[in-house]
Amino acid sequence: MADEPMTTSTPSESKSTLKLMSKSMYAKEAALRNLFLLCATAAVAGVALIFLFVGVRGWPIIQDPGLGAFLFGKVWSSSTDQFGILPLVTGTLVITIGALLLGAPLAVGTAVFLSEIASPRVRSVVRPAVELLAGVPSVVYGFFGLIILRPIIANLTGGLGFGPLTAAIILAVMIVPTIATLTEDALGSVVPGIREASYAMGATTWQTIYKVLLPAASVGIIDAIILGMGRAVGETMAVVMVAGNAPQFFQGLGEPVSTLTSQIVIDMSYASGTHRTALFGMAVILFLISMGLVALVRVISNRKKEG
Amino acid sequence: MMHVSADVREDTTRPRADKISVKDLDFYYGDFQALTGITVGIKERGVTAFIGPSGCGKSTFLRCFNRMNDLIPGTKVDGTILVDGEDIYAPGVDPVDLRRRVGMIFQQPNPFPMSIYDNVAFGPRLHGVTKKPELDEIVERSLERANLWKEVKEILPRGGLTLSGGQQQRLCIARVLAVEPDIMLMDEPCSAIDPTSVQKIEDLMDELKDRITIIIVTHNMQQAARVSDETAFFLQEKTGQPAEMVEFGRTAEIFTSPKDRRTEDYITGRFG
Ligand SMILES: Nc1ncnc2c1ncn2[C@@H]1O[C@H](COP(=O)(O)OP(=O)(O)OP(=O)(O)O)[C@@H](O)[C@H]1O
Ligand SMILES: [Mg+2]
Repeated sequence: MADEPMTTSTPSESKSTLKLMSKSMYAKEAALRNLFLLCATAAVAGVALIFLFVGVRGWPIIQDPGLGAFLFGKVWSSSTDQFGILPLVTGTLVITIGALLLGAPLAVGTAVFLSEIASPRVRSVVRPAVELLAGVPSVVYGFFGLIILRPIIANLTGGLGFGPLTAAIILAVMIVPTIATLTEDALGSVVPGIREASYAMGATTWQTIYKVLLPAASVGIIDAIILGMGRAVGETMAVVMVAGNAPQFFQGLGEPVSTLTSQIVIDMSYASGTHRTALFGMAVILFLISMGLVALVRVISNRKKEG
Repeated sequence: MMHVSADVREDTTRPRADKISVKDLDFYYGDFQALTGITVGIKERGVTAFIGPSGCGKSTFLRCFNRMNDLIPGTKVDGTILVDGEDIYAPGVDPVDLRRRVGMIFQQPNPFPMSIYDNVAFGPRLHGVTKKPELDEIVERSLERANLWKEVKEILPRGGLTLSGGQQQRLCIARVLAVEPDIMLMDEPCSAIDPTSVQKIEDLMDELKDRITIIIVTHNMQQAARVSDETAFFLQEKTGQPAEMVEFGRTAEIFTSPKDRRTEDYITGRFG
């Protein structure tokens, strides 16, 4: 179809070359398309396989001890063969919410600073620093939490300093780069005209930010926070090092708790039988949570496109 | 309404004083000097058109009047610009206050991604107007003056971005009018919109100029001839050189008997 207007206006001689070129180009295009298709398929297949594997191994938990006892059981104890994950889910929830409460404002503030306030020179220093945070291995965060933060928290809350507060603070720092980078993108993709319009109306920088730019970028920012939440839910290493890892109910910010991920990593090496099945069941739960978060991002983004 | 406009008509018979006086203005984007030696008096209550080839610094000059250029790092202004006799680049002048008196309309309509109502109420809210009845009244009056009220009065809660381009531009005008500026800067306000809206905008300029000083940048010579009282012609002789104001005068004179050869060439070329 694309050839038609060209061939009608070109002499017959060059017509053949055009055809030839377009043929070889078409072959190249097709090959590239297939290559990318292959990549995409491999990625999807990988995810599907993992889910299948984990799902099959975790499935028996529905028969023994039963889905209700698994999801809502209040006791996690391998010595008594009780595998209720409610304490772990609560632990994950408390730490994640804490991390978001601390980390999201920090990250959004950082993004606003980078995109609206910082001079190009300051930006060229701060932005790589924030991006570097994303590259630090989580064991280093855990180590920092263990050595520096834990004693401070211990002073504050009493106890040893292992617990949700320490974990939440460490996670807060870890999710800053995710949320900040995506929020900065969201602010950057706000139509430049409305930033100018706001200033031209006599709005101050601060008024421009909170009356115009943040609302205009709100969907992108919410997406960023949800993805940061995904990161917090899934983070394991740093949490294992500072949360205290006692699979008990949340009792206070300074009391040890355990999370879905940290319990899996701790128990995986020795668990067997129902215990092992329960760990796979927990992996399925984690899988469903992240699928849910991604779906949430989708829904929010689509809602924006429609209205 | 009738009564007010009758008063204003009487006013227009008074000799018009200079609303803006520019003296020896040089403007720099970093090392690049964009404007040189501009001296001009822009009269109150009227329309002044800035014309000239692309890149000759019309927008740059226009954006000096509300200090929008301050937002671009590395820009510098030499010389003085007085608005109502007050030097707007004097230390201590807050550009934010200035911009509340000097409204601006851009080439691309740029309503905020919020409702029509909130767009118009934006400025008054910045000024601390919070009472609903008062806001309602400002919104209606501003939309009426922007020739848009009839089209949107039923759909005020709808998003400003759902309007057509021409309606959006009039919404932006209403947004500016809502803060009662005494100067309105318009940078090619009609170049991206439909002819009907252009007509409506020209009509409203005609109504507004009785009390507001309007400066319009336009590439459309017919439009400049139709809407303006005074015209300034800008020219950059060579690329890399600063542009200057070649000629300034009554629009009728600029278009019928320009004093400068270059003005004549430009105008005849553009009309031809
Ligand atoms: N932000 C900027 N940084 C550096 N130079 C700029 C900037 N904006 C404009 N210029 C330069 O200043 C000169 C004047 O530009 P300006 O936009 O004022 O021209 P204009 O008359 O409005 O043109 P047009 O009719 O195309 O809108 C041009 O040479 C332009 O390249
Ligand atoms: Mg311009």
